[in-house]
Amino acid sequence: MSTIKINIVSSSEEIYSGEATMVYATGTLGELGIAPGHTPLLTGLAAGPVRVQNGSEEEAFFCSGGFLEVQPDLVTVLSDTAERAESLDESEAIKAKEAAEQELANKDASLDYAKASAQLAEAVARLKTIQKLRKNQ
Amino acid sequence: MANTKEVRKQIASIKSTQKITSAMEMVAASKMKKTQDTMLEGRPYSLKIKDVISHVALANSEYPHPFYEERTPKKACFIVVSSDKGLCGGLNINLFKQVIAKSAELNEQGIESCFALIGTKAAGFFKSVGGQVIAVAEKLGDKPNPDDLIGLTKVVLDMHKNGDIDQAYLCSNGFVNTMTQQPNVEQLIPLTPEEKEESLPTQWDYIYEPEAKELLDGLLTRYIESLVYQAVIENNACEQAAKMIAMKNATDNAGDLIKELELLYNNVRQAAITQELSEIVGGAAAV
Repeated sequence: MSTIKINIVSSSEEIYSGEATMVYATGTLGELGIAPGHTPLLTGLAAGPVRVQNGSEEEAFFCSGGFLEVQPDLVTVLSDTAERAESLDESEAIKAKEAAEQELANKDASLDYAKASAQLAEAVARLKTIQKLRKNQ
Repeated sequence: MANTKEVRKQIASIKSTQKITSAMEMVAASKMKKTQDTMLEGRPYSLKIKDVISHVALANSEYPHPFYEERTPKKACFIVVSSDKGLCGGLNINLFKQVIAKSAELNEQGIESCFALIGTKAAGFFKSVGGQVIAVAEKLGDKPNPDDLIGLTKVVLDMHKNGDIDQAYLCSNGFVNTMTQQPNVEQLIPLTPEEKEESLPTQWDYIYEPEAKELLDGLLTRYIESLVYQAVIENNACEQAAKMIAMKNATDNAGDLIKELELLYNNVRQAAITQELSEIVGGAAAV
């Protein structure tokens, strides 16, 4: 089976580097599936899971935004922050989501609206990653 | 001749200074390890983004980005990365010297300079030298956060967008090894695309999702930010290494001084005893 090289890096560390038969990511315009030999593509990433499939094995990562570059034999994920999905904690994510919602509801305070809604989006995406991972198991 | 009490006092004060410098040396040595690790952790990202950028430069993009555009330069901006604290030998001064030399060279070509400064030392230096300072980021600590640098980078990039500056240089110390730090002045804008590789087909372009302009703006901004961030964490590693060496030299010098003073002390003591003896003998003879 043909494979494609995949590198996932965040500004503070290298997250993953290896071969994949299929890569799924959440682009700003929607979900993407990348197979080996894909045409060159450059896209932004939205907060969400990046899944790397190699044969029957699958690994999932959480990515809170960044860029994705595809060359026919190479995928590079430049993530703002990325974590291995196993290290995601559901209760933490729910807590973060609630905190963000509360901040949004509490509009009169001098809060940064854009920042709060970004936090909320990230928390929701984190939760989605966890839930997706659960389903696959 | 100095008296014994004075010399003793001097020795004691140098000894306490030596204690401080040797403690600082050890602190710097342990911090150096950490800062080097941070530097290495940041490398994969900067290497990968560099790869992506070089691919982008090769693509026949429908949107030529302004960062690649060569304008007739009228004004240049220097982003100078320095340490927040002193006592690290000639690290900062060597870099500033290079910056000043480069700025003078540009001045001869009729290009003005302005400065964006990172680190307390650079802020202090360029304030005393005089020069147009457009942005300052200070007190980033041992583990700087990329977010702290975004503001400064944005000021520089915005000025480039508005045509206030035509070139940008990144000036920082490169980490060669613990003993050697190399001050570098690198051109940041316009970006110079690397040599085209023969093997790659020349007529292709990316599919951009969403728009090419939006994406390339974001990506190139991120690229510049990552370069600045990498320079800052590398400079941090340099600072600790330079500090360790400087403090080691200070401790050694203090040791030499103490040895010399101890010799002097013994001389003085012996001279005093001899004098006393001869006085006693002289006195006895008189009686």
